[in-house]
Amino acid sequence: MPETVTLAVARYRPEAESEPSVQSYEVPFRKDWVVLDALNYIKDRLDGSLSFRWSCRMGVCGSCGMTVNGQPRLTCASFLSSEPPGPIRVEPLRYFPVVRDLVVDITDFMRKLKQVKPWIVRREEKPLAEGEYRQTPDQLDAFKQFSMCINCLLCYSACPIYGLEPSFIGPAAIALAQRYNQDSRDEGSAERLEILSHHDGMWQCTFVGECTKACPKHVDPAGAIQQYKLTSAAHWFKTLLPWGDR
Amino acid sequence: MSAGAGYTPYHPRWYRRRVSVWWWLQSRSYTGFVLRELTSVFVALFALVLLWQIRALGQGPDAYARMLARLRSPLFVTLDALALAFVLFHSITWFNLAPKAMVVRLKGKRVPDLLVAGANYAAWVVLSAAVAALLLRG
Repeated sequence: MPETVTLAVARYRPEAESEPSVQSYEVPFRKDWVVLDALNYIKDRLDGSLSFRWSCRMGVCGSCGMTVNGQPRLTCASFLSSEPPGPIRVEPLRYFPVVRDLVVDITDFMRKLKQVKPWIVRREEKPLAEGEYRQTPDQLDAFKQFSMCINCLLCYSACPIYGLEPSFIGPAAIALAQRYNQDSRDEGSAERLEILSHHDGMWQCTFVGECTKACPKHVDPAGAIQQYKLTSAAHWFKTLLPWGDR
Repeated sequence: MSAGAGYTPYHPRWYRRRVSVWWWLQSRSYTGFVLRELTSVFVALFALVLLWQIRALGQGPDAYARMLARLRSPLFVTLDALALAFVLFHSITWFNLAPKAMVVRLKGKRVPDLLVAGANYAAWVVLSAAVAALLLRG
């Protein structure tokens, strides 16, 4: 087993350079280390100026998404020992503006996420006296998968459509819209359809399918978008019928 | 935040990387995707040739014979072979993707993806056999 491994890390220091450059660091190779451990080693021991985001170290917070050896990945879930031999390339998430080193600006996603109303919409709340909104296991099953999203943005970074058309609302936002649409307690699907059927909504997606492959929580955003397209198309056909609601 | 922080003057200097024109060559799945999108051109070509054939049929036996002769030329045979390959690629990739778009539930359980794709393939075989039977009988 090698003693050390090289990390080729993308650096971008806006005060000093106009384009990112690559800096190599030699870190100890340990079987139980993930890329994030190596980055923290660099930060603590080798170069305190390296900037990156992280928090939980256990695939829950969604902060440490970066491009590892060309693939969008959670660095806390990428073991050094699973990477092919040679330097490990660590770059910021693709398609997002880089603020510094490995830190990207995610304002665009935050704005889009809010647009799809990722919360339970009720026309009228039930009086408290009637108790909680109950769900059967089947009703929970209908949306549970989509609720696992941790907003890590690996799916955006995997989506060439988002890269080419930054106005595209994107995989996670649509999957989260679908999470609430499928929720038996929610009554906001018509409002979300209005937002997601416009030009930058679901129809921008041409089903590359990479978002689903990149997702560390098995949310399957590509599936969510295609299912949503089907619902939307069915809704449109219904409006054509004389007895359909317009 | 105080405006005097050293970080602030540099804050708007984001770096945005332009997407390369060759992005679709960066990974096999991207290339596969672009090829699948490209198949639509060949599907349209197939349909156009069929319409052209129907038009010739309407113009009488002579026109149809001329049309058939033209279709037997090496250029058309090559084009047809290419179109067939693309149309097959189109059908197979879409059938494989069908379970993603269609979630079928039976008795509360999600039908396995293999079965949904399999049903599509089965329908394809049955319809093809029906068309073949219709053509070969005549």
